[in-house]
Amino acid sequence: MTPAAPSAGCESEALPVLRERGQREVFCGLTGIVWLHRKIQDAFFLVIGSRTCAHLIQSAAGVMVFAEPRFATAIMEERDLAGLADANEELDRVVDRLLERRPDIKLLFLVGSCPSEVIKLDLSRAAQRLSVKHQPNVRVLNYSGSGIETTFTQGEDACLAALVPEAPSAGDDSLPSLLVVGALPDIVEDQFRRLFAELGIGAVDFFPPRRAGAIPAIGPNTCVLLAQPFLGDTARALEERGAKRLPALFPFGAEGTTEWLKAAADAWGIPEMEFRRVVAPHRERAKRALSRHKETLAGLSVFFFPDSQLEPPLARFLAEELGMRPIEIGTPYLNRDLLSEELKRLPPGAVLSEGQHAERQLDRCRAARPDLVVCGLGLANPLEAEGLTTKWSIELVFSPVHGFDQAGDLAALFARPFARRAVLKV
Amino acid sequence: MQLTVWTYEGPPHVGAMRIATAMKGLHYVLHAPQGDTYADLLFTMIERRDARPPVTYTTFQARDLGGDTAELFKTAAREAYERFKPEAMIVGASCTAELIQDDPGGLARALALPIPVIALDLPSYQKKENWGASETFYQLVRTFAPKVEGAAPRTPGERPRCNILGPTALGFRHRDDVAEVKRLLSRLGVDVNVTAPLEATPSDLARLADADVNVVLYAEIADVAARWLERTHGQKTIRTVPIGHNATREFITEIAALTGVDPAAVLDDANARLPWWSRSVDSNYLTGKRVFIFGDATHAIAAARVASEELGFEVVGLGSYAREFGREVRAAAEKLGLTALITDDYLAVEQAISELQPELVLGTQMERHIAKRLGIGCAVISAPAHVQDYPARYSPQMGFEGANVLFDTWVHPLVMGLEEHLLAMFREDFEFNDAAGASHLASVHPSAPQGTPEVTASEIVWSKEAEAELTKIPFFVRGKARRNAERFAAEHGLALIQLETLYDAKSHFAR
Repeated sequence: MTPAAPSAGCESEALPVLRERGQREVFCGLTGIVWLHRKIQDAFFLVIGSRTCAHLIQSAAGVMVFAEPRFATAIMEERDLAGLADANEELDRVVDRLLERRPDIKLLFLVGSCPSEVIKLDLSRAAQRLSVKHQPNVRVLNYSGSGIETTFTQGEDACLAALVPEAPSAGDDSLPSLLVVGALPDIVEDQFRRLFAELGIGAVDFFPPRRAGAIPAIGPNTCVLLAQPFLGDTARALEERGAKRLPALFPFGAEGTTEWLKAAADAWGIPEMEFRRVVAPHRERAKRALSRHKETLAGLSVFFFPDSQLEPPLARFLAEELGMRPIEIGTPYLNRDLLSEELKRLPPGAVLSEGQHAERQLDRCRAARPDLVVCGLGLANPLEAEGLTTKWSIELVFSPVHGFDQAGDLAALFARPFARRAVLKV
Repeated sequence: MQLTVWTYEGPPHVGAMRIATAMKGLHYVLHAPQGDTYADLLFTMIERRDARPPVTYTTFQARDLGGDTAELFKTAAREAYERFKPEAMIVGASCTAELIQDDPGGLARALALPIPVIALDLPSYQKKENWGASETFYQLVRTFAPKVEGAAPRTPGERPRCNILGPTALGFRHRDDVAEVKRLLSRLGVDVNVTAPLEATPSDLARLADADVNVVLYAEIADVAARWLERTHGQKTIRTVPIGHNATREFITEIAALTGVDPAAVLDDANARLPWWSRSVDSNYLTGKRVFIFGDATHAIAAARVASEELGFEVVGLGSYAREFGREVRAAAEKLGLTALITDDYLAVEQAISELQPELVLGTQMERHIAKRLGIGCAVISAPAHVQDYPARYSPQMGFEGANVLFDTWVHPLVMGLEEHLLAMFREDFEFNDAAGASHLASVHPSAPQGTPEVTASEIVWSKEAEAELTKIPFFVRGKARRNAERFAAEHGLALIQLETLYDAKSHFAR
């Protein structure tokens, strides 16, 4: 009898998933505004929410955004809650004042919040009304970043999904194009653009675009390559427009980036030898950069608290390329479809957890005594004070970490807490 | 709806968190949606606390709304009690939970926990952080220090005793202010009975009545509770805030009079350096520096007095985001011949500062943003503040040492005396000039103020020569010169500002 073929990814061999409910130490989707407002340079984000929403965004931004922010909150007050017609009039007034102050705005997002969702303030109707009122200068769209519906990076997903209908249609006869989806730092976009050009992959667009007027056309000949694992709704909206998603690892580390590029190269029919020739020097450079950090990190255990949905791809990167040992990989939401390639590559022995019961997870973490804890800002200092070494997960979303030339930087983020411990003599 | 870029205060439940986090043995169960846990990082990151705030959040999501969010609350409260075993619990709702009307107080009572449970009613759509802190502290004081009929009065001849009320978690220099005030009281021979809420337990609050006097350090937090203690236990209240040299002396005199101790030895403190530092000839250049002040009421009012009386600055603007104390701030402004700016609209404050063109801004983190954009020196005097305003070193605002600290931190952002002259004399020196800013502040030089919203009276035009001359005037007085020239032109019906207009205005306003 011939042995069965290895069944990677088959449910029976997949990692166990622990699903929990309880207190979650996570941000809501509004937090995405902190990076999105810099990415799309003529867009403005107006949260329709409470004082809590305004306070959250400025606290998450660390009140460090000194430049004029391209976001604000329309804070609902007692009288707005009394009657909905009134709330709509108020919203129109606030938007008028805002646009008067910032005539450079071309795209305005009305961003829903927990309170606006609970009182069922219809922001899509408001967006339509305001779009008509302010056309052709300003396009008004809406999405929800509320905590009752979105966790942290899901806010970007909701924002991009709302932007998809704005894309012009590319017909059946249009040339094949590659759409890289997910807000990336400008420098990373430029690096990828050069790599795709070297590979001979033509017509590459990035989504979201840097300017609201530059939304690429989408159609059946569009291939979508996700740069972030948390873009489920955006991917679905693009697929509904006929675009085809290329399943791949996410571009973290030398391996992840290679396979991510390979997915595009295969779709474009680039010969294997040609692909290797182009990618090899970049891949080698990434590996060289990783090798130094591997000395620090190999063999160390790591425990992820849920934060951004980047946890599974990062755990794969840390395990495969740096020899780390993931104990628990927490994610706020496990999208099996988008992570299909990643889940196959997670090392056995790790536990995947979805959702959170913060106290129980802290108990597990303390019992496991991991060498490194990746967690949010609320937990990091208390865990350090308990003697654990931590890495704030928010930095993984706020700094350039994708692609070959950032692989070393990504590893350095995990190595730095150890380097610091080694240096300090107090 | 209020359009808000930055907000001075968080929602009222964050105020309640500041009380819970300051205290020991108290736990807060907050009915709140996913995401509201962001507030933990205010304490663990900005204030660098080494423990999580004692807060349990229910974290409800959209799918729970159709179901049983009330059950979610009960489970969270029960688990929090079992895990943390607090002496007492406060329960309440954040803004979204307020809308779903689950009644956390009633739900918690139904659990019949064997500890006192206090329900907080903090209307999120009307009130803000400081109000929430004040209300929470008041409810705790009411609950734990009730009137006891037939309680033994304090024995005459006993050492005088006071409570210190108001310091919280995330307060601006509260930790060091408490240490400084305690030092003053101990030198006076006045014992401290309870300090609250900072470091107090619910059972400490039960001892509040056992003191002669309540010292209110921060009225925003403790005034309501102190008034209740006054009415209920007949305690006296000291409301003089010992910020600045003179106020510190008044504070000492007042508490000595109330408690019958001799203040003489404490009034003359050898370490009180502000008066001499201010009188020393090097400080001459501080005279009439135009300063704009904004903050909470306690700090803004105190800063205005110190700036005008003790440093010889000219206060050109005074305001506060604390509407609850608008009357007090207005009174302080009137004394200086000003109209107070009472607003929580960051844009209104920004506009006021850019119109007034002060040489120094004393404000919160928000005014630091504004001052940086306008290229004006700034020192932070009040919450909200960022991580760098929670210093490792001892840095009180109160007491004689606090006055020393104020002198240092407010003078530091200014260009120093002789440098000021050199900059004016040799404007085009290639390495020491206007654009280089104050030489001891290389990192914050104002050579490139970002997007300066120059407020120029619309109809008045500057000639090329006048505009060029203006650039030769050092940056720290340029705003004032521009403003004076425009005012002079407006008053004299001139549509064009010539080179001569600039100097006419200079002589006109020099009178």
